[in-house]
Amino acid sequence: MASALTVWERRRQRLRERAIEFVLLVAAASSVFVTLAIVAVLIYESLGFFSSVPITDFLFGTVWTPLFSNPQYGILPLLGGTLLSTFVALLFVAPIGLVTAVYLSEFASPRVREIIKPILELLSGVPTVVYGFFALLFMTPLLQTFIPNLPGFNILSAGIVIGIMIIPYVASLSEDAMRAVPNNLRDGSLAMGATRLETAVRVVLPAAISGVAAAFILGISRAVGETMIVAIAAGQQPNLTLDPREPAATITAYIVQVALGDLPHGSLAYQTIFAAGLVLLLLTLVFNIAGFWLRHKFREVY
Amino acid sequence: MNTHTAPTMSSATIGAAGEMLAGRPKITAKNVNVYYGEKQALFDVSVNIPEKSVTSFIGPSGCGKSTFLRCFNRMNDTIPTCRVTGDIEIDNADIYERGLDVVQLRARVGMVFQKPNPFPKSIYDNIAYGPRIHGLARSKTDLDQIVESSLKKAGLFEEVKDRLHESGTGLSGGQQQRLCIARAIAVGPEVILMDEPCSALDPIATARIEELIDHLKENFTIIIVTHSMQQAARVSQRTAFFHLGVLVEEGVTQMIFTNPRDRRTQDYITGRFG
Repeated sequence: MASALTVWERRRQRLRERAIEFVLLVAAASSVFVTLAIVAVLIYESLGFFSSVPITDFLFGTVWTPLFSNPQYGILPLLGGTLLSTFVALLFVAPIGLVTAVYLSEFASPRVREIIKPILELLSGVPTVVYGFFALLFMTPLLQTFIPNLPGFNILSAGIVIGIMIIPYVASLSEDAMRAVPNNLRDGSLAMGATRLETAVRVVLPAAISGVAAAFILGISRAVGETMIVAIAAGQQPNLTLDPREPAATITAYIVQVALGDLPHGSLAYQTIFAAGLVLLLLTLVFNIAGFWLRHKFREVY
Repeated sequence: MNTHTAPTMSSATIGAAGEMLAGRPKITAKNVNVYYGEKQALFDVSVNIPEKSVTSFIGPSGCGKSTFLRCFNRMNDTIPTCRVTGDIEIDNADIYERGLDVVQLRARVGMVFQKPNPFPKSIYDNIAYGPRIHGLARSKTDLDQIVESSLKKAGLFEEVKDRLHESGTGLSGGQQQRLCIARAIAVGPEVILMDEPCSALDPIATARIEELIDHLKENFTIIIVTHSMQQAARVSQRTAFFHLGVLVEEGVTQMIFTNPRDRRTQDYITGRFG
């Protein structure tokens, strides 16, 4: 009798275990569903857009004027603006982020690190609209003292401030990756007679390269998707240029500009938002895949 | 000389035998004390390490043998709270002298660690690392030469000659440890410190390393810290026994194991503690 009860109990326990497992699965899957739903909406609305505009015009057209009476739908100016501001940000963040990471990980005493790292991470808590005004009202006037004739709206200033914005991500994640390198590698290098700098640059950094690359990819993704800074400081005219001193709109700046307007739902102009959004998604996807590939190619075992 | 042992009848003979076996002292340590913050880890250790022979440091865990080993290449400097007093001389030159370049010292005193720690680089780059930072090779051919001869001296060349540009971390544990030995040799050191080099290896790999150590002593002064008394007995000419931060006894290996003078040594080697 007692043993039968135990069997029953055990069965109930197993059932409960399974139920919990299912709930956990649903929780884990929900984020995947949300992502898929976003992609589905983007693709659905974009399909409507691409039924009226040939995809080649969209991809290779060099003029973006969807709201004009004679609309043209070439994404290249927006894509160019996005990539150019990202490139400027990357040029700015790469040396500062790396030096900061190397310093914090290999040279700073624990006390100094405990002070600097929270301050650094505080930077990532600054609302991007504040960065936007910082770019427009501080960085641009500052740059104008070096570069005469710099327009009030320009990619350079926005790109540099995006770079400042992503320093915490890049530096902090790179530092984590470097600190994860086991100490016995440092000891091995120091015992060979290497200095701390040689050890940091020639052993620790290469050993952490996959994590450092991931940190940069994440920073780039942030820069590509950054909206407020470029919307405020880079101007909102789509402009196909390679000169960061000129004003230009990015994909995100365009989306925020149009989404705030009073466009009729379902119109072609309204659908451009989704087409542009899809490009943005694909762009970040490309960076993430690149990051994935980099991590595998340079994966170090220790 | 060792001041910790009471002179007895046999100690004179041991001393004589010891002097016969030992070459001239390569390293002399006098009254070495090491502190980690407030805690003292080594007490007044004095010892001579003869040239071109193997000296083993044995003793129970936490007895200070590794700490003492790390005094010889000043690796204790990397621990902020660590403080070393006393004199350590290599070839009669004080290695704790103010203004001494630890980079130069560590080029002369190589080290092999407990856990094989090849860099996550190719086998070639692992060996070339030291020569490159010390500027030892003038050309690519020079460097190739150094890499090959170091691998040969470490008895690894035949096994890896076809995959020099594959990662050093892909080797087996024993091969990795020989790679680390080759890496240390590549800088042309005079002394090689080994901190329990076989404790992470299987018996066959251990045997190969021991064979290698025996071979290396023709060119290098070797100090090996080991947990294994059998290993100390097999590879070393002289043995120093540490207990609770004190150098209890030092002498010819055979004598330490067959006729120890101190009660603590005897208890340890007969397995009464440790």
